[in-house]
Amino acid sequence: MPRSVLPDPATRLGLRELCAEALAGILQRPGRSALTMLGTVLGIGAFVAVLGLTATASGQIGARFDLTRATTVQVSDRPRADAGPPGANPPIGFPADADRRMGRIDGVEAAGVWWSVPGNPRLSARPADGTPGVTGIGLYAATPGAVRAMDPTVVSGTTPDAFLEATAQPVVLLSEAAATRLGVSRLDDRPAVFIDDLPYTVIGIYSDVRRQPATLLGAIVPAATALERFGNPSAEADRSAQGLIATRVGAAGRVAEQVAVALRPDAPDAFAVQPPPDPHSLRDTVTSDLTGLFLALAAICLLVGAVGIANTTLVAVLERTEEIGLRRALGARTRHIAAQFLTESTVLGTLGGLLGTSLGVLTVLGVAAAKDWTAVLQPAATLPAPLIGTAVGLLAGLYPSLRAARTDPLKALRSG
Amino acid sequence: MSEPPVIRLTGLGRTFGGRPPVTALHPADLVVRRGEYLSVTGPSGSGKSTLLHLLGLLDTPTGGRYELDGIDTGTLHDRDRSTLRGRRIGFVFQSFHLLPHRTAAENVALAQVYHRVPRARRDEAARAVLRQVGLAHRTGALPGTMSGGERQRVAIARALVNEPSLLLCDEPTGNLDSSNAAAVLAQFDELHARGYTLVVITHDPAVAARAGRRVAIRDGVLSESETGAGVVC
Repeated sequence: MPRSVLPDPATRLGLRELCAEALAGILQRPGRSALTMLGTVLGIGAFVAVLGLTATASGQIGARFDLTRATTVQVSDRPRADAGPPGANPPIGFPADADRRMGRIDGVEAAGVWWSVPGNPRLSARPADGTPGVTGIGLYAATPGAVRAMDPTVVSGTTPDAFLEATAQPVVLLSEAAATRLGVSRLDDRPAVFIDDLPYTVIGIYSDVRRQPATLLGAIVPAATALERFGNPSAEADRSAQGLIATRVGAAGRVAEQVAVALRPDAPDAFAVQPPPDPHSLRDTVTSDLTGLFLALAAICLLVGAVGIANTTLVAVLERTEEIGLRRALGARTRHIAAQFLTESTVLGTLGGLLGTSLGVLTVLGVAAAKDWTAVLQPAATLPAPLIGTAVGLLAGLYPSLRAARTDPLKALRSG
Repeated sequence: MSEPPVIRLTGLGRTFGGRPPVTALHPADLVVRRGEYLSVTGPSGSGKSTLLHLLGLLDTPTGGRYELDGIDTGTLHDRDRSTLRGRRIGFVFQSFHLLPHRTAAENVALAQVYHRVPRARRDEAARAVLRQVGLAHRTGALPGTMSGGERQRVAIARALVNEPSLLLCDEPTGNLDSSNAAAVLAQFDELHARGYTLVVITHDPAVAARAGRRVAIRDGVLSESETGAGVVC
């Protein structure tokens, strides 16, 4: 820019005057300013609330999942295909006293062996009557220790005990879903269901399990009963016998190191031991999906807020044309006009960001308090939120402020 | 010795582009010296407003030369034109152009916002100049609560607060009743007596008659009226 040839100092708009004029511009129409801000308040509020609620909810999910996963050790049998007679399933590699052997390891709360019963046995409410039976119910074999390790929520009756296991009794423990489908609702008259047309007394019904959720749509018979009636489990990787160990918190790693030797000191390699996974991986998987979805929603809210500010600022520019002309007549340069309107929209965005952040934080705290959760607010997402409002205000104000700066003072003054 | 010229126009003209182009102001020469009270009269569409906008540096001429206080305005960048406009020209508009949400004092002080004047001094200067125009008791009043005459006097105070070389008045009594118009014209007389240079653009012969010197404009042609010299068309 060429040097001024005037003896007068150039007109200027200092920062203090700029802020004062912008604030005056905002305050002269408080209702409109509040409505302008509302878009940003909602956008930033949704942004903070979504992030906070996602973090809070995933904290709950993560805490529960992590606790279960951190206390679970799984042991897979590696049966030799040639160990049994040709054409038959090989015998399971777990010793008969596997529950006791695993249960004696320090830190184990419950342990046992289970598998999916081979051959797709037919479950029905009545003996062979020509009907196809109830489909979709898995039949599992489990030792008493394995059932305890699954930690079922028993709503009626009891679970198989050592006596039923030792004597291979024809009893069954039904999941609530299986009981409903088989027409069993009460146990006081000792109902029976039929598996491959043989009766099994229903000894209990469970509504939930902490481990092995696949059994939630299944029925469980004692392992000895299953071995006697259905033979050895399949050698297929997902149907072979599995050891399930519930440990105390923090003991799973140590238990995993010892369990194979405890089961078969002579052949520990006969088992593949799965220690608990990284406790963070599951939480990350669950939360990343939720966060991505909700962030997209928050971004839409922000966009709506930005469009709201841009629209209202543009309307304000059009309405204040006379003022722009007057300011130009009083010596304001185009950049002064642009700066004033840009500052107004930026201040509105910042205020909207601050209010929205407060609203979002309050929402997270309120929901957490109502659900009895621990509120989780990540500083990296919450603290910069008002600055997002500033950025939104700044960007939204760009076009209107340029439009204001380009306003022809002649037309502006005639408009009055 | 005559006073130095505040305004010197040499062949100043303004043609608006279009099909066909419209010449709103034919090349005109005019000298207005310090302390003069000049009226420009003419019917609607004669080019009065074009002349006012050129004199007020709100518009740029398409030909000729305009010197304000000896400064050739044709060579100035927007920054310097804004500076010159803000510091050396005071505007009084027909429709006042007061900000409705600001008090009389704040409206007057607005004229110094762009001139590096601290807020306390702005407020002080605003009150002082409002006192000069007889509105010491209305400094805190909002324009909506004031009469037309009071509003125009606030506008005059705003035009005066930077002690400009030139007061440019565009139909200053156009929105006033006769008694308020008389009060405003009396104000102009007083300012003239105090040495201010006034250029009043009006279509009202009674308003024009108050000026010591009159020029007329018709169809974009500027001509000296019967009372004085100094115009060469």
